Amino acid sequence: MSVTVGVVQFPGTNCELDVQRAVRNLGGDAELLWHADTTVHGVDAVVVPGGFAHGDYLRTGAIARFSPVMDAVAAFAATGGPVVGICNGFQVLTEAGLLPGALQKNAGLKFLCTTAQLRVETADSALTNACRVGDELAIPINHFEGNYVCDPAGLERLRADDRVVVRYVDNPNGSLDDIAGICNEARNVVGLMPHPERASDPMLGSDDGAVLLRSLLSAAAAGTPRQLVG
Amino acid sequence: MARFEIRVEITHLPGIADPQGATIERALPALGYDNVTEVHMGKAIRLVVEAADADAARAEVLEMCDRLLANPVIEAYEVTVSALDGTSA
Repeated sequence: MSVTVGVVQFPGTNCELDVQRAVRNLGGDAELLWHADTTVHGVDAVVVPGGFAHGDYLRTGAIARFSPVMDAVAAFAATGGPVVGICNGFQVLTEAGLLPGALQKNAGLKFLCTTAQLRVETADSALTNACRVGDELAIPINHFEGNYVCDPAGLERLRADDRVVVRYVDNPNGSLDDIAGICNEARNVVGLMPHPERASDPMLGSDDGAVLLRSLLSAAAAGTPRQLVG
Repeated sequence: MARFEIRVEITHLPGIADPQGATIERALPALGYDNVTEVHMGKAIRLVVEAADADAARAEVLEMCDRLLANPVIEAYEVTVSALDGTSA
């Protein structure tokens, strides 16, 4: 049975069509969720994609978290629905309090547009359930504010709970503990700076991101009975 | 009700990297300013708030800081209130 991924579109989002196409290429369906919507329209998973939501004014993600759709995304996440924030989407999820910590400007003050080597650190998350721990994936990064930071107690919790999902093999942005992506306590909400959708087809130079999106589709399929119950 | 001019100064929390401040600090010696240290770069926001008194205005702006203007995970803020229209702050 095909699953439907809702891809959130804020004013200024620019990766929604890439995510939609990547999901469809992998056999899922994907529909756009406008930021002013007050529901996620019954989708099986949500992706908050990259871009510059609301122009990134004030701080990245700071205004986006108040878009009406974010209440619906939070409610969806609270019922166990898989939610993935990619790049700007990761920043939005931290501002919304769905993930801990924050993303600050890259060390070295450089906008980074390159391919990063990632190491999968846990297979127990909505984005990595089809991976093996230790898998290395070549996935593009494209950000100015990707330098993950949290307080020492927060980092201790992330490590103790095995909630660092992917790390950079060669830290490009100064991110704390080489963190490229993390998940929440329930492991259904994941945020990462790299863009799996840009590495989802050999034509793009790498299809290493496909396994991550397949993991999401699998988490979405597993979640379908939850919606019947809910 | 009275009007108050509020200035919010947002800075990085201690221990949070401030790459912009560090870059400015590295640039100044190139102009001959060798005596500058501890450069920090933040944000300043000015707003006018209508409130019963200065304390009420400050309380409301502090709440705005926590909810939107600053990110308490990485930023600290300071609020300065001054009265407009001859109101005493």
